[in-house]
Amino acid sequence: MAMTLSGIVFGVGFFIITQAQTSGFERFFIRTILGVNGAMRIQDKLQDTMRSMDAAGPNGGSGFQVKVTDGKKYISGVPYPQEISNAAKKFNEVLGVSEVVQGSARIFGNFREMDCKPYGIRLEDHVGVSDLSNQIVLGELKDFRQKRFGVLLGRPLAKKLGVSVEDPITLQASGATMPFRVSAIYETGIEQIDRARIFIHLPAARSLFKRPYGASFIQINLTDPYRAKDISPHMTEVLQHHVASWQERERSWLEVFKVLKISAGVTVSIIIFISGLGMFSTLAITVMEKTKDIAILRSIGYTQSDISQIFLLQGLTVLVVGVIAGWIFAASVTLGVTKIPIRIRGIFSTDSFVVEWSIWHYIVSGLIAGVVVLLASWFPARRAAKVEPADIIRGTGG
Amino acid sequence: MPSLKPTLQAKGIQKFLGSDLNSVHVLRGVDLELMPGHSYSIVGPSGCGKSTLLYLLGLLDRQNEGEIVIGGRSATHASEVERTEIRNMHIGFVFQFHFLLAEFTAAENVMLPMSKLGKRSPEEMREIAFQLLSEVGLGNKVNRLATQLSGGEQQRVAVARALANQPSIILADEPTGNLDVNNSNVVFELLCRLARQHGQSVLMVTHNPDLAKRTDFVLPMKDGLFVEDEKS
Repeated sequence: MAMTLSGIVFGVGFFIITQAQTSGFERFFIRTILGVNGAMRIQDKLQDTMRSMDAAGPNGGSGFQVKVTDGKKYISGVPYPQEISNAAKKFNEVLGVSEVVQGSARIFGNFREMDCKPYGIRLEDHVGVSDLSNQIVLGELKDFRQKRFGVLLGRPLAKKLGVSVEDPITLQASGATMPFRVSAIYETGIEQIDRARIFIHLPAARSLFKRPYGASFIQINLTDPYRAKDISPHMTEVLQHHVASWQERERSWLEVFKVLKISAGVTVSIIIFISGLGMFSTLAITVMEKTKDIAILRSIGYTQSDISQIFLLQGLTVLVVGVIAGWIFAASVTLGVTKIPIRIRGIFSTDSFVVEWSIWHYIVSGLIAGVVVLLASWFPARRAAKVEPADIIRGTGG
Repeated sequence: MPSLKPTLQAKGIQKFLGSDLNSVHVLRGVDLELMPGHSYSIVGPSGCGKSTLLYLLGLLDRQNEGEIVIGGRSATHASEVERTEIRNMHIGFVFQFHFLLAEFTAAENVMLPMSKLGKRSPEEMREIAFQLLSEVGLGNKVNRLATQLSGGEQQRVAVARALANQPSIILADEPTGNLDVNNSNVVFELLCRLARQHGQSVLMVTHNPDLAKRTDFVLPMKDGLFVEDEKS
């Protein structure tokens, strides 16, 4: 039974530890992408594509027209960002909006050049829909705010260009070349973004891309970002623009985390199942070894239910002790894991293990162990209850 | 003075063992009445149905025909739970093998039936267990594990356990069959003396004719029926 108990302790413990880590990294990833790309993006105007047929008579138009809806089409970008922003702000859940003009450019600095994606923003709006203010690793946003031609570079891009704060750079796009000065360097932790995205002021972006009106997209922040998936269809309908939630945008990564969580949960649950099998065989053997004792208990007045309870109680004891010890073990290791240094860059930036403390990990692990242990002890208990005392006593008595 | 009402009544008990073609008619309509304060012994050749009858009377098995009434309650159509309750309240068993729980002490073994009955506090149960063990001569070994007792001592603990709930009937299946002559006499005398003292009926299955003769009634059995009723 000690092996079974250990199995339950480690099974429950590892279940919680793995779930705490996968959920922790998932949450951290979500926090990161919310801090970078916001909860929702209004992008692409909806175009109602209708084919119409005029029932023209011999003398020209009859005034009778048949319209056939032919699916949805989108026109890239937001032609009237101010109106759409104002309309979006009327949604109760919307916390902030930021108009962004985005394009591709060539960046030159310190005798090196690279491709980049400038984002033209209004700083005050954008810090309301992103975590940009906390992502600055060198320099200050204040400097960017004050300089019309200031630029924010990602750390890897700045490193590749060999530039730092106050250094000049040049952006070239649509045949135009504009000089800028590095105001600050930021790092989101998402490598793909940090090595390409740069932030400039909206008017500068309009000049660079020769785009005097319209926006590429509008970034939105919500009071509860987790409701983005529910709000976006309604907003799409009202604003007649495609509104993409972060869940839709990051579907593939979220699927990866989901698969990882399930995979880790199933793998670790196997330990609990094996312990359950161990308990089942131990109790089944005990029932066989103790048939004589069971028979005597039945003969002195113990009911079938009393006999079942003896074995179920053994299972319950292992379950309670195992689950509580497993929880303590899990909490200690989870705490210890957060102290382990690990440098992760790529989809987010962290220098230590990230964990999520969730009561549900503890409840679910307890429930899995409960079901397994109770099933493992219920069958032997039922068998014990069915022992016929007369047969056993007569058989032994010869 | 013991009550004059029978502690146990059995009428027309029939029992078949096995099934269908291999079925054996073991008991062929046995009638029996046990009176309080008396001892009875069933004797007969192996396979005549002695032990089968004892287990039926002890409600450990069900008869095919006939009625068993214990303490005024008919057990014939009673549920398993009711039969177990009757067994717990009215019947004490002593088997050929002591059947003590090895992990328990002598006192704990004696306390088991009381614990199930649930009418006494742990202190009372312990006190009664000590008293009963003293009566069977084991007052100084109450805290010994069953495995630390000799065969005779273990059987005496089994006798004390059978008496724990002050049952009206003691059923004993070859209670001395596994003991030497000395211990056989001790256990037998104990059973009969305590039964008389407490006004209980003792029904004993035995192959030992000398012991059988020392009970109040000898019930010889042959081919599933009592063949004569000898009063000692």
